[in-house]
Amino acid sequence: MDAKAEDAPAMAGEARPIRVVVAKPGLDSHDRGAKVLARALRDAGMEVIYTGLHRTPEEIVRAAVDEDADVVCLSLLSGAHPVLVPKIVRLLREAGLTETVVMLGGTIPDDDVPAMRAAGVAAVFGPGSDLSEIVRAVREHVARARAGAAGA
Amino acid sequence: MPRVPDALEPRAQAAPARPAGARPPVEDFARRLVAGERFALARAITWVESGDRAGAELMRLVYPHTGRAWVVGLTGAPGTGKSTLLAKLAARFAALGRSVGVVAVDPSSPVTGGALLGDRIRWTPPETGDVFFRSLASRGRLGGLSSAAFDAVRLMDAAGREVVIVETVGAGQGEVDVARLAHTTVVALAPGTGDEVQAAKAGIMEIGDLFVVTKADRPGADECVRDVRLQLGLSPEARGRREGFGRAQGPAGEEPTWFPPVVKVSARTGEGLDRLVRLLAEHRAYLEASGRFGRRAALDDVLRMEDEFRRLAFERARRAAERAGAWAEAVERLGRREIDPATAARLAWSGTEPFPQAGSAAGVEGADGRAEGPK
Ligand code: B12
Ligand SMILES: Nc1nc2c(ncn2[C@@H]2O[C@H](COP(=O)(O)OP(=O)(O)OP(=O)(O)O)[C@@H](O)[C@H]2O)c(=O)[nH]1
Ligand SMILES: [Mg+2]
Repeated sequence: MDAKAEDAPAMAGEARPIRVVVAKPGLDSHDRGAKVLARALRDAGMEVIYTGLHRTPEEIVRAAVDEDADVVCLSLLSGAHPVLVPKIVRLLREAGLTETVVMLGGTIPDDDVPAMRAAGVAAVFGPGSDLSEIVRAVREHVARARAGAAGA
Repeated sequence: MPRVPDALEPRAQAAPARPAGARPPVEDFARRLVAGERFALARAITWVESGDRAGAELMRLVYPHTGRAWVVGLTGAPGTGKSTLLAKLAARFAALGRSVGVVAVDPSSPVTGGALLGDRIRWTPPETGDVFFRSLASRGRLGGLSSAAFDAVRLMDAAGREVVIVETVGAGQGEVDVARLAHTTVVALAPGTGDEVQAAKAGIMEIGDLFVVTKADRPGADECVRDVRLQLGLSPEARGRREGFGRAQGPAGEEPTWFPPVVKVSARTGEGLDRLVRLLAEHRAYLEASGRFGRRAALDDVLRMEDEFRRLAFERARRAAERAGAWAEAVERLGRREIDPATAARLAWSGTEPFPQAGSAAGVEGADGRAEGPK
């Protein structure tokens, strides 16, 4: 992993490490992207909980609650995102995780992105995305969510 | 009773330091936690783990509700099958109607502070029952349990979790810490890895209440069981004792005894699981019969108190030494290699006298402030 300077831990500004749940929902066995992502976030100083493959929406939400995750990263390369993603976001909010950031990646056609955003996904990253770009987005969204939680 | 210094007393007035309206009142949260609310427990662990003042306050409020949970530690070399076994055990306890908590600890990277917490990969929530599963990074406690792991266990206890299982990688300090925290320590060893020899070297054999030879579906499990028995020394039979919970004639009459059993388990086939669960229950019965159940937790509490006292004492003494200039002088002379580290420490220490009076406002404030960031 090429640990670039800007990927170095921004611990000073962050009161506590960002906690991320990286999840693979559904019957999708493409786990390379999720693993690459998990490692990149760890190398950026985050605490990453990887759920492993084939998780149901309920399992992912349970993990997010118990782990008190700042971010839930969903990786889908199966084409099942139109069904699974809105369901997961809804269950998260129902479980009281109103501030938890949801990010999405994998093979998500451009045409589907607006619907995903409308469902409550903060950002979508497709194949070939730059990892430091993803790290930056995670930090930004978490900073905003934490500020929101503190100000609300 | 001697006056308790302010630093050790909760101070409600200290709260306004953080943004107003940021959170529900801590008292409210404590109530929800004790009532067993999942979200409150999850958030409480975060607070305590990040050294948040609200966390300290919360811990104070819920502590009277602790002391009931049975804490089972699970340790062993990397990859021995701890998480897989833990999933099976947690499911068994849950199926028996127990409310279960899991604390799975993995190391933080000393370089970036990040961590990949992978124990959840082996985890599937059981069909029946309720298990709260929390992954924790060791955060600076190299190879050992973070203080947050101790706190997470207490919080789960307060939240009514009857059995709390703690998984930690047996590397260095980790297994010693877990044995200190747990009522029952389970050491996992995998066949064909030479684990039993490593374990003996690392002193693990002394801390295990039960030894599990994992992956019994693989070749070499029986040999591994035999080797572990050998490492444990004289067999229970040779000592006229029973493996597990027995009784023996002591100076004060018949006394409960425990001899660590060795169990062969395959998480894959389920072989040996029944026996392991039975033996765990036996150990629990032994703990009760011998009075160790309550004593173990009390002992750990005192050790935790010592840890905190040591920290407070260090902060206060260091500040006194700094004020007197002795700290800087010692560091400088050490840097010139005029004196050795031990002499430098004594020189700095000489600057702490006269030691600041107990409870002096200035001393206490400073000790508090300094505690925020590791030096
Ligand atoms: C390698 C691969 C496989 C490997 C998987 C190995 C593994 N363990 O992962 C194997 C050979 C097993 C495989 C099998 C199959 N595959 Co395949 N596979 C691929 C391939 C070529 C590359 C995927 C990959 O690993 N990329 C490298 C990683 C690093 O990239 P990534 O996952 O996209 O992740 C990046 C970003 O997307 C992002 N990211 C990913 N997740 C997340 C999450 C968040 C929150 C964020 C912020 C970012 C993020 O970050 C990463 C870095 O940039 C793709 C083609 C493609 N263009 O993607 C097809 C592809 C995904 N496979 C496809 C198919 C159809 C299959 C099979 C059904 C084939 C079959 N008929 O058997 C099976 C299904 C397996 C299963 N049960 O799921 C289709 C899926 C079509 C669809 N979406 O509807 C694809 C798109 C090929 C195609 N064009 O048809 N496959
Ligand atoms: N054959 C067999 N393999 C097992 C068994 N239990 C675990 N394994 C495998 O052993 C590997 C490690 O299992 P884990 O449960 O993750 O081991 P661990 O001790 O928790 O690992 P760390 O937390 O990384 O130290 C995995 O590939 C499991 O599938 C078993 O009973 N039989
Ligand atoms: Mg594990």
